[in-house]
Amino acid sequence: MSTTQRRGILGLLFAALVGYAGASAAQSTTEIIKKGEYLARAGDCVACHTKPGGKEFVGGRAMATPFGNLYVPNITPDDQTGIGKWSAEDFYKTMHQGRSKDGTLLYPAMPFAAYTKVTRADSDAIYAYLMSTPPLRQANRPHELRFPYNKRQLLTGWRALYFTEGEYQLNPRKDAEWNRGAYLVQGLGHCSMCHTAINALGGSSESKAFQGGMIPNQNWYAPSLTSNREAGLGDWKIEDIVDLLQRGASHRGTVYGPMAEVVYNSLQYMSDADARAMAVYLKALTSDETTPEGPNLAQLVQPRVLEMGRRLYTAQCAMCHGPDGKGAPPAYPPLANNQSIEMESPVNSIRMVLNGGYSPGTRKNPRPHGMPPFAHLLSDEEVAAVTTYIRVSWNNRGLPVTPRQANEIRSATLE
Amino acid sequence: MAFAAALLFAPLPAHADDATTPTFKVLDSIEARVQGCATCHGQRGQGTRDDYFPRLAGKPAGYLYNQLVAFRDGTRKYAPMNYLVAYLPDAYLREIAEYFAKERPPYPPPRTPTLSSAMLDNGARLVTQGDASKQIPACIACHGAALTGMEPGIPALVGLRSNYLAAQLTRWRSKERHAAAPDCMQRVASRLTDSDIANVSAWLAARPAPVDPSPASRNSMRTPLACGSQP
Repeated sequence: MSTTQRRGILGLLFAALVGYAGASAAQSTTEIIKKGEYLARAGDCVACHTKPGGKEFVGGRAMATPFGNLYVPNITPDDQTGIGKWSAEDFYKTMHQGRSKDGTLLYPAMPFAAYTKVTRADSDAIYAYLMSTPPLRQANRPHELRFPYNKRQLLTGWRALYFTEGEYQLNPRKDAEWNRGAYLVQGLGHCSMCHTAINALGGSSESKAFQGGMIPNQNWYAPSLTSNREAGLGDWKIEDIVDLLQRGASHRGTVYGPMAEVVYNSLQYMSDADARAMAVYLKALTSDETTPEGPNLAQLVQPRVLEMGRRLYTAQCAMCHGPDGKGAPPAYPPLANNQSIEMESPVNSIRMVLNGGYSPGTRKNPRPHGMPPFAHLLSDEEVAAVTTYIRVSWNNRGLPVTPRQANEIRSATLE
Repeated sequence: MAFAAALLFAPLPAHADDATTPTFKVLDSIEARVQGCATCHGQRGQGTRDDYFPRLAGKPAGYLYNQLVAFRDGTRKYAPMNYLVAYLPDAYLREIAEYFAKERPPYPPPRTPTLSSAMLDNGARLVTQGDASKQIPACIACHGAALTGMEPGIPALVGLRSNYLAAQLTRWRSKERHAAAPDCMQRVASRLTDSDIANVSAWLAARPAPVDPSPASRNSMRTPLACGSQP
């Protein structure tokens, strides 16, 4: 099909879309494409379907999984190698059922278990947007999965266990803002892909939704969104949650690593209303209403270790994070009373000490402050000591960290 | 008591190097924002005691910007850098590059080379004259007689350590490091032997600080090869 032909057919298709939308008959093609672009950002399609520095949506990016490498497909409207010959129906089927145009079952690296909640109208808008992007010819690279994971028949079993098809259902007991937030977080946002633990089969159970887990192959811990002991936002102000999502930095904490990617490619573009709706939903998601008062564990740490940690902290960290750990938020996050420092898994804190990090440059925070790496300056023992120090000081209630834990993270590959 | 005394007199860690300690005066400043670079490159980009991390200060902004973009987009590979700048927008990377380009901190003392004088002579010859028989242009033909580089895209070579220089030349040669086509540096490096690389790197690292650390102005030299990063 030539480009001109496609444009003609697209025009008809948009007419059909507008017809489908019914009430929104006034929505022009441009508006639908614009809406689709916004929703594609909410879904962070670009993060997987684009190589860093590469052309948008052309795919080819290797996704390392515990089962081998997956290669993300081309979703530009190229007829031969992309989705140029797909209909809006085909696209919806992929989003909603996790089946490709030819019926092939998709691997759940494509978050169809979340995207299934997306409405037909929103799916159609994303389709219209993708069809408006330049068609790029790049053949899809076959996946390199180990036996038996390369057998797609297995996916039938996986789906029976972990996939429930169905659009988001409004919760009549909650207001419109909460429902909008739930729709975005559970659907396009596909937050559960990281914030729910993945088991040995690459599945996650609904009863453990948003309870956190290690992100496979990335060596970052995605904290629980339901527990105030982790990233639960129960005692956060809505404004701080909005800042964390949109700016990437807030008065309570800052995003780094995989969450920085999500903010950079996706959340910074959310409208104020949508960011707020997500914040309202996330705040309400916590199950333990108050942060439990655990014992302070400083007395369990060897004085020698605590002293080493204190000296290192004073010399290297206090300049930005303050002698009292209060930081200079949102530029430098507080370490005192910071859930991500206190939570059970020390992985993220150790990583930050070793590798530092810049929060993402966003529309509302285009010039973020950053932390330098210390991996080349500190031994495992010193990394453990300073991480222990920040986890038990200023009434923080984290557990001490061992040099062995520091060494494990040091040896893990930096992506 | 004895324990407390031991603590008191415990030596500072061997890594104590003032250049690596983050410091700034004003929180809302570019100076504060680039402290994420301090532990490897020094607070002002002056370099640190670690041989491998290069001095940034005074290199042309265009060169520094190209490197930051290449690290962000993964076309120049060094995992700690790729990670740090992965989600920083162009305008901010430009600002960081311009900050370090304008800085003029003192240079570290030059290294006393351990190579034989014959090897250093070979290094000196390649840097200042090149080797016409192998079509190797002199380094100074592009990087300037003062080795301070040229605006906008050619870096200074003075103030760098031999470990860093040799590693980079090796990477250019193996095409692990590359630049915009036509990739002049790749062409030059591909003509160097291992000992050429060692000799050139050692001789360069022994150069004293330049009187004026500023790069040569744009087009003040006619480069012997076409270079994509020097439009």
